[in-house]
Amino acid sequence: MAAVTTTTTTHVRPLRRRPSPGRIVAWAAMGAIALITLLPFYWILRTALSSNAGLAADPGNPLPVDLTGSGFARALGLQSTKEAIAEGGAGGGLVFWHYLLNSVIVSTLVTVCQIFFSAMAAYAFARLRWRGRDKVFGLFLAGLMVPAIFTLLPNFVLIKQLGLVDTLLGISLPTMFMTPFAVFFLRQFFMNVPREVEEAALLDGAGKIRIFYRVLLPMASTPVLTLAVLTYITSWNDYFWPLMVSYSDSSRVLTVALAVFRAQVPQSGVDWSGLMAATLIAALPMLVLFGVFARRIVGTISFTGIK
Amino acid sequence: MTVASSSPPSRLPLRGAEGAQPKPKTHRIRAGAEHGDGPLAALFVAPAMLGFLVFLLWPTLRGVYLSFTRFNLLTPAKWVGLDNYVRMVHDPIFWDSLKVTVEYVLINIGVQTVSALAIAVLLQRLTQSAVLRGIVLTPYLMSNVVAGIVWLWILDTQLGIGNEIIGALGFDRIPFLADETWAIPTIALINVWRHVGYTALLLFAGLQAIPNDMYEAAKVDGASERRMFLRITMPLLRPVLAVVLIMTVIGSFQVFDTVAVTTQGGPANATNVLQYYIYGSAFGRFQFGYASAMSVALLVVLSAITFVQYRITRAGQTDLG
Repeated sequence: MAAVTTTTTTHVRPLRRRPSPGRIVAWAAMGAIALITLLPFYWILRTALSSNAGLAADPGNPLPVDLTGSGFARALGLQSTKEAIAEGGAGGGLVFWHYLLNSVIVSTLVTVCQIFFSAMAAYAFARLRWRGRDKVFGLFLAGLMVPAIFTLLPNFVLIKQLGLVDTLLGISLPTMFMTPFAVFFLRQFFMNVPREVEEAALLDGAGKIRIFYRVLLPMASTPVLTLAVLTYITSWNDYFWPLMVSYSDSSRVLTVALAVFRAQVPQSGVDWSGLMAATLIAALPMLVLFGVFARRIVGTISFTGIK
Repeated sequence: MTVASSSPPSRLPLRGAEGAQPKPKTHRIRAGAEHGDGPLAALFVAPAMLGFLVFLLWPTLRGVYLSFTRFNLLTPAKWVGLDNYVRMVHDPIFWDSLKVTVEYVLINIGVQTVSALAIAVLLQRLTQSAVLRGIVLTPYLMSNVVAGIVWLWILDTQLGIGNEIIGALGFDRIPFLADETWAIPTIALINVWRHVGYTALLLFAGLQAIPNDMYEAAKVDGASERRMFLRITMPLLRPVLAVVLIMTVIGSFQVFDTVAVTTQGGPANATNVLQYYIYGSAFGRFQFGYASAMSVALLVVLSAITFVQYRITRAGQTDLG
């Protein structure tokens, strides 16, 4: 995939050398799109660094009003209830460190297990010969068509019967073993690895298990990485399922905590400063993750979406 | 696919070689391969298979079963036949929520597809900047919850910067999410903001597959950008566009998060989308059977739409032969 991007870069050229009116309009449109895309991020930061009193007094100020870290202090539980209420907060105890940790645990568990197990299955579907292989794979593929919403209620009933409601494991389990998409995605890659690579390893005396771990998996590092980052982001951003399963702090992840924070409207009106600080805490890790891997992901995304 | 179909022949000489020079160390594994890799494959597929059976296949069947029962989680499910479906057909709130969902989907998909296409074409024809592509993707990194809350704040009637600007321009402030007419379009546009970049990148990938020679040749013939778009880009992009459209339609029918953090179905059920109603029925009123029946209805609607869309858009073929 990276290859596709680089080759096309070389022979697709900007249309004309001199800026024509059309090009200027097009660039202006592109600029406007970038602005609409990015401005809300600045607004989160600007609001998070403002005080609630300042926001009420000067809502249109493009800079942080009354620059303060009070919103972050509230989101991280560093203020006493009295202080928090005085600053326009609800005073309820939501400590975002804790939910951050929960989110990290769930997303890591889901990503590592799902990709590892899906890769194993993908290898068996792509590289091993066994009776019924294509039928079983067809079954997995059919799973792609069941929309998430449909399995959520019965899955909740199941998790409840397993006694795993309000646990991090309960949140993770349904997506820990596989998604049809992950299996499909990785199988596609394994199928395209030249057979000679495998044969050479076989002749060197490596077993098939060894070939999978030592040869194919490392070769697949780019698609695996892309899939891992996308899985991590999806898992981190998931709201509906964790909302169903978690009831208390012990299993609350960031998305759910944010919605709870939002629902706690104090006397003085919404605590926008604290809410935006909490929002930033929830969103920042994914921005950083993306920042690190952006180049590879942007290059590979073509492959992830279109089957 | 091609690799799989060509694999048996390429394996034959290898097995011949195995027979000629057996190595004691790997003998057993190779002997296993003679009869296929059954046991090893079973080992490799087992975890994924477990997940598939327990958390995908079984819930799917159970969801259908539950739709024929009365079930409140506390006492065992009681078979009631078609009761839930009869109730659903006579439930005005169900029909309202279906209507609201369709309204949401139409606005969301319409705006998103057109803007994503525009962004993708701009990215292709204007610049190859990976940075710009990265920027366009950033909202996708946010959760729907974050996107919902941020826009709730920007569009806040009293203090939101959006309404500050509208006010400064001399217009009346708009209660975007508190008004029955505005609420659904607003939620649809918030979700467009979050998803349009991802959709644009998928389309961009499709555009990259169009040979640049075609544009070069058209330019030599003096074709305008508009003409090239209509005669080259659109016909060749159609299959990709169709697949992306099917995916986004299915996704947007399942809208929930944004509604849950912004309007909670209000004002006056104006944003009570189907998934929100299902959630409320199950977790607010503990009618799991009824909620399951509505999920089945949603599944049927989605399958029908996918089928029809696939037929109409002829997703597999381009217009240029």
